[in-house]
Amino acid sequence: MSNTPADTAPFSAAREVLTAAEIDRALTRIAHEIVETTKGGRDLVLLGIPSRGVHLAARLATKLEAITGIPARDMLGSLDVTLYRDDLRHSAARTPAPTVVPPAGVDDMTVVLVDDVLFSGRTIRAALDALNDLGRPGIVRLAVLVDRGHRELPIRADHVGKNLPTSKHESVRVELSESDGADRVLITDRTEPRGSAL
Amino acid sequence: MRHLLDTVHLSREDAIRILDVAETMSDVSGREVKKLPALRGRTVVNLFFEDSTRTRISFEAAAKRLSADVINFSAKGSSVSKGESLKDTAQTLQAIGADAVVIRHPASGAAQRLARTDWIDAAIVNAGDGTHAHPTQALLDALTLRRELAARAGVEPTGRGLDGARVVIVGDVLHSRVARSDVWLMHTLGARVTLVAPPTLLPVGIETWPCDVEYDLDNALATGPDAVMMLRVQAERMHGAFFPSVAEYSRRWGLNEARLGLLTPEAIIMHPGPMNRGLEISAAAADSPRSRVLAQVANGVAVRMAVLYLVLSGAPSTEGA
Amino acid sequence: MSAYLIRNAALLGEEPTDLLLVDGIITTVAAGGSLEAPGAEVIDAVGLVALPGLVDPHTHLREPGREDAETVETGTRAAAKGGYTAVAAMANSLPVADTAGVVEQVWGLGRESGWVDVHPVGAVTVGLEGKALAELGAMAESRAQVRMFSDDGHCVSDPVLMRRALEYVKAYDGVVAQHAQEPRLTEGAQMNEGIVSAELGLPGWPAVAEEAIIARDVLLTEHVGSRLHVCHVSTAGSVEILRWAKARGVNVTAEVTPHHLLLTDELVREYDPVYKVNPPLRTAADVEALRAAVADGTIDCIGTDHAPHPTEAKECEWAAAAMGMTGLETALPVVQHALVETGLITWADVARIMSATPATIARMEGQGRPLAEGEPANLTLVDPAATTIVNPDTHATKGRNSPYRGMSLPGAVRHVFFQGKQTVRAGELVHSSTAAKAEA
Repeated sequence: MSNTPADTAPFSAAREVLTAAEIDRALTRIAHEIVETTKGGRDLVLLGIPSRGVHLAARLATKLEAITGIPARDMLGSLDVTLYRDDLRHSAARTPAPTVVPPAGVDDMTVVLVDDVLFSGRTIRAALDALNDLGRPGIVRLAVLVDRGHRELPIRADHVGKNLPTSKHESVRVELSESDGADRVLITDRTEPRGSAL
Repeated sequence: MRHLLDTVHLSREDAIRILDVAETMSDVSGREVKKLPALRGRTVVNLFFEDSTRTRISFEAAAKRLSADVINFSAKGSSVSKGESLKDTAQTLQAIGADAVVIRHPASGAAQRLARTDWIDAAIVNAGDGTHAHPTQALLDALTLRRELAARAGVEPTGRGLDGARVVIVGDVLHSRVARSDVWLMHTLGARVTLVAPPTLLPVGIETWPCDVEYDLDNALATGPDAVMMLRVQAERMHGAFFPSVAEYSRRWGLNEARLGLLTPEAIIMHPGPMNRGLEISAAAADSPRSRVLAQVANGVAVRMAVLYLVLSGAPSTEGA
Repeated sequence: MSAYLIRNAALLGEEPTDLLLVDGIITTVAAGGSLEAPGAEVIDAVGLVALPGLVDPHTHLREPGREDAETVETGTRAAAKGGYTAVAAMANSLPVADTAGVVEQVWGLGRESGWVDVHPVGAVTVGLEGKALAELGAMAESRAQVRMFSDDGHCVSDPVLMRRALEYVKAYDGVVAQHAQEPRLTEGAQMNEGIVSAELGLPGWPAVAEEAIIARDVLLTEHVGSRLHVCHVSTAGSVEILRWAKARGVNVTAEVTPHHLLLTDELVREYDPVYKVNPPLRTAADVEALRAAVADGTIDCIGTDHAPHPTEAKECEWAAAAMGMTGLETALPVVQHALVETGLITWADVARIMSATPATIARMEGQGRPLAEGEPANLTLVDPAATTIVNPDTHATKGRNSPYRGMSLPGAVRHVFFQGKQTVRAGELVHSSTAAKAEA
């Protein structure tokens, strides 16, 4: 760790903990786990949580299509949780992203929520509420690229790309080519301008 | 955004943001569970000094779909003449714990007064003040038109303005808060607006408005507008010598069947309601497939959800539009 | 004996001068620093401008009937603090000052207060209703000696009634002070009709509603050979008509308020009713024309139209709010700011438009006189170098409805002498003067 003050060199404290290749391998492994636990991917819905969870869900859907032959578009959706957050009153108003549900809906399906980082668990709590308003899934599972610990709610992930022990003072940033130009996961000081996902 | 008072002071960025959030809210209205927890525990007061069932139930539906507690305060007749002042009413609502006040008032500027004084801390949403402004109506008009333009171009409406659109607004501009709000909002969003009215129903001083003015409806329709909005005209206006007779008004400024034929195939018809069939709009026009009157009503709920969400969530900022 | 020696005051803004006031009369005027007067109280007036006591041809004292808004006592205190020694009290009290009884009551209250001369204005028509002439003769012959008649707040819009009033007052050397506002053109009007009203959706008050009445009235005045005074002129068009009338020799005078010389309708944009006034604030072009009209003499004098209102009358939505602004305690600073500091007029002109001319129009004896030996000791000493941040909460008027709140204005009234007695000392009211007056 560098001792350089963050305001003069904001990225100097960043440490790459997952490379592009490692991210891809982790997603491939998760895809296989999902196939195993859903008996070949039947009745499966992947709901990405905006914004980077949506990109990860799309990648998983492509991998699942390759494995199972089920078209990605039939299983892929997104679930915006903005309006279900418990901190609306305190943080600046966010513009909600669209919620898209695959044609077959979520009732009685196996829904896998996909997010980039699992931290306090509050986003997933909001996602479960949001999902509840969309219908009644048979099973709900959670897939995350990174689990960094420090849970504040009784929530755990079923599929984890990598467990990353972190300090609360650090933040974990997932960068994906769709939104950030390249794939990598960084750990940085909290003093950075951008915070991690919850 | 702390308050929504008019559209003159609404930036393009904020306007598009409201419309984008409204698109999301619109999706919710199509779901089986038409409810979001976003405003749980917040209190929205509908403070109506004028009868307007349509606007009130639209705001009420919007607030309830966001899980807010809604208090309807029909204050008609209790303010100016019958004792309690607007200030006392506002302070009462403050004491009740209102987080947002949706105010409809016959006096122009009433919403500004609530927002600019220390009578109440709540977020103020103008639901129509006198002949001044009706910003949520203008936003729902813009949402309706934007969706139309996006569908025509085969693109998503989100993030876009109304750039290049041509809108004709016809009727009693002088007494219309809707026209005032539409002109500024649509101009901000990049549309070109033409107001059409008898000269008696156009305000002195209109020359600085960001729009064109035309007395002849047929000339305006000949320019091929994307949307024609008919404003409600009150028959009583003829007693103020604003026009000689209902028949003459209807002949010259009404959207009748012959004028319907002048419209381009894609042009839509809008009306803020309630309509005076046979006066400013013929039954044929009101019921034609071009009419978006019911879409406007549905979009009204989505827009009002968006506005309530944006004024009530987030850390209090210093000043909004 | 009361005696004051004012030393080194700039007489009408000119050379330093000493003035000796003895028992209500200016007994000696001499070069600055040359006078000695043992026993006289000495006022060091270096840097101060000496003006004759100001005269307001247009004040609303609200008493009788609206003592919650103002009383003769509080209104005349405000006048004294503003540098005035006489005010014309408008007739729209409750009851209306349309009988000898009411004008004598107001006149008597003014005498008791002792801060300034109070000259009641008599109503032109009974109850200000514009239907029947009030007893103008009875008011003229009462102890109040009314010479100015006005339905101010309402226009005498009926042309026949206006003609008769103009004719009738000739018998008493009276003047009709018209509130020029065509009523049909201003039904429900809330603010100047123009760009701002169009945007704000407030019913417009067209300039022509004022100009049409002024045009009619100057022609009527010429026709019957009477004397007309036009209250609170507010538009460039009105100025043009007055200029034309004066060129024809019509016996017409006109006043303008301080607020119409400074403020514009742009201030209405926030819908704060403190800017709601009748006639309404107009445009910047009107303000410019009004200033020029004062400078060239087309407009003869300044009338404050001091209109105090209780707080609740302004703490409401625009349409429900009362019209009017306080003005007595800010008039001189606004005039200094708008006219003197812009180089349009001199301090001698200020003495003319704020004292001599209004006193002549309203036929106020002993007021508006030159600062010369043998004249009544009504005078005001103002510090033109001072700056005041207007704070209506400190004003003597009951009204807090000053549009200048928080504004920085030049000049401050330091000392005022009314009939030789000091009513204001170092900017503050001298409360013993009331008692002194009562004992006298």
